[in-house]
Amino acid sequence: MEEREVVVIGAGPAGLSAALEAARAGAHVLLVDENSKPGGQLFKQIHKFFGSHEHRAGVRGIDIGTQLLEEAERLDIEVWLDAEACGIFNTTDVWIVRNKEKSVTVRAKRIILATGAVENSVNFPGWSLPGVMGAGAAQTMINLHRVLPGQKILMVGSGNVGIIVSYQLLQAGADVKAVVEAAPRLGGYGVHTAKVRRAGVPFYTSHTVLEARGTDHVESATIVQLDDKWKPIPGTEKELDVDTICIAAGLTPLVELAFAAGCEPLYSPLLGGMVPWHDRSMATSIPTIYLAGDISGVEEASTAMEEGRMAGLSAAYSLGYVDRETYAVGFDAAEKRMLALRSGMFGQKRRDAKAAIVGHSRG
Amino acid sequence: MIMMETKDTYEKGLKITGAPSLDELHASPCYQLPPKERRALAAVIECIEGIPCNPCETSCPVGAITVGDEITNLPVVDFEKCTGCGICVAACPGLAIYLKKYEFKENLSYIAFPFEYLPLPPEGATVQMVDRYGEYVCDGTVLRVVKIKRMDRTTVVHVSYPNDYYERVVNMKRLPAS
Repeated sequence: MEEREVVVIGAGPAGLSAALEAARAGAHVLLVDENSKPGGQLFKQIHKFFGSHEHRAGVRGIDIGTQLLEEAERLDIEVWLDAEACGIFNTTDVWIVRNKEKSVTVRAKRIILATGAVENSVNFPGWSLPGVMGAGAAQTMINLHRVLPGQKILMVGSGNVGIIVSYQLLQAGADVKAVVEAAPRLGGYGVHTAKVRRAGVPFYTSHTVLEARGTDHVESATIVQLDDKWKPIPGTEKELDVDTICIAAGLTPLVELAFAAGCEPLYSPLLGGMVPWHDRSMATSIPTIYLAGDISGVEEASTAMEEGRMAGLSAAYSLGYVDRETYAVGFDAAEKRMLALRSGMFGQKRRDAKAAIVGHSRG
Repeated sequence: MIMMETKDTYEKGLKITGAPSLDELHASPCYQLPPKERRALAAVIECIEGIPCNPCETSCPVGAITVGDEITNLPVVDFEKCTGCGICVAACPGLAIYLKKYEFKENLSYIAFPFEYLPLPPEGATVQMVDRYGEYVCDGTVLRVVKIKRMDRTTVVHVSYPNDYYERVVNMKRLPAS
């Protein structure tokens, strides 16, 4: 059996940051990712990030991804790509299938789960027609593969993902016909909705998609207004000439590995559903297993990076790589930067939800 | 002169229409339209929600924009200090800043706004100026198209347009693919 000190599962912003922090402290880190390229969703984030200087605000996600990979190379972090972590046994043994052909078990002293999240779907007649896809999928197509999924887009959901992807679809040359939002108010940052609106895109609050029509692909969509009980109001249907329907209805943490390993679950509706319980240091109920990023509650790439630093540093400290004082200084700085991102009218709710997880007494 | 926004939807505000209404902007300490008698360009910020973000403050070379220690404070521009250099326009991740000046020459106002679409307009071109809802307002003339490394692929387009629409115009219509 192979042995490593720290195995990080998932090479997105959280996993990369965790691996970097643990390696900087001196631990031997193995970073595994099921994809053939590292970076997770970072390389399709072509917009400039929010935050302050220490969060790399104003830098585009794609460039932050490149910086993190360069740093990983400098620190000589071992990276396995096309490596699928399929299970965790005895709290330390990670079963990995490499290149879809070779089964390997790696015994780790510490495991950091940074598996991310998956897009939620919305079901409606016609939802299985080609042309209906997750907003994240459309973003992958335009920004990674440089393929426009369609010319005429309906975006379902007005959170930051829906709005940012709408903007990027406009940049890619598509026509966004409408953004519908089931809630009575738009979800995303006003500065994002404002730039999409001034590009001429109409927003429909208290509306949802009722049906997609077409023979072998989407040819039109019907939207409908919702009453205050979120029920469709007959007679308010509107037909839109679209060939693509993007669903941006939130994300669900990818928790399978954690729960299969026996990590204690907790329900946090605001953060995406079932998440593994974790403490302030990002340790789960199994002391050898840590979390970072969306698996611990869906937030953003910038919060994922801070959480990665916190988890990586905590894992390294628990292995004796840093002394108590160095750990306290580094951890507190990361946590302070994190709290700044969890402030204001958008961040406070996430801060409270996180505090509820950490404060939840176990057993 | 403030153009009245006539459509019903326009009065419902940022969380309904996606764009801040003039009422919301006027009620926010962040939004200040440069006074008509001001001689230089000045930064105008439309960021009224208190998001955790401050590159406008840290990018300003003369300290004219203040967010302060609490990163969710609204940014405020000090017109006494602002030189209208435009660095903040490309630094703002929300693309929520532009420069304006009333009557930079006879009957024409000046705006410099962030623009991240292709194709870019050539200097001298006539373009269609839009309001916060993407509605066509008036024609404008492109004066400069500034694309420098420091602005990291956010182009800033400088346009002159009629004084009558000084406050209402915020950007231009995208150009058809060439």
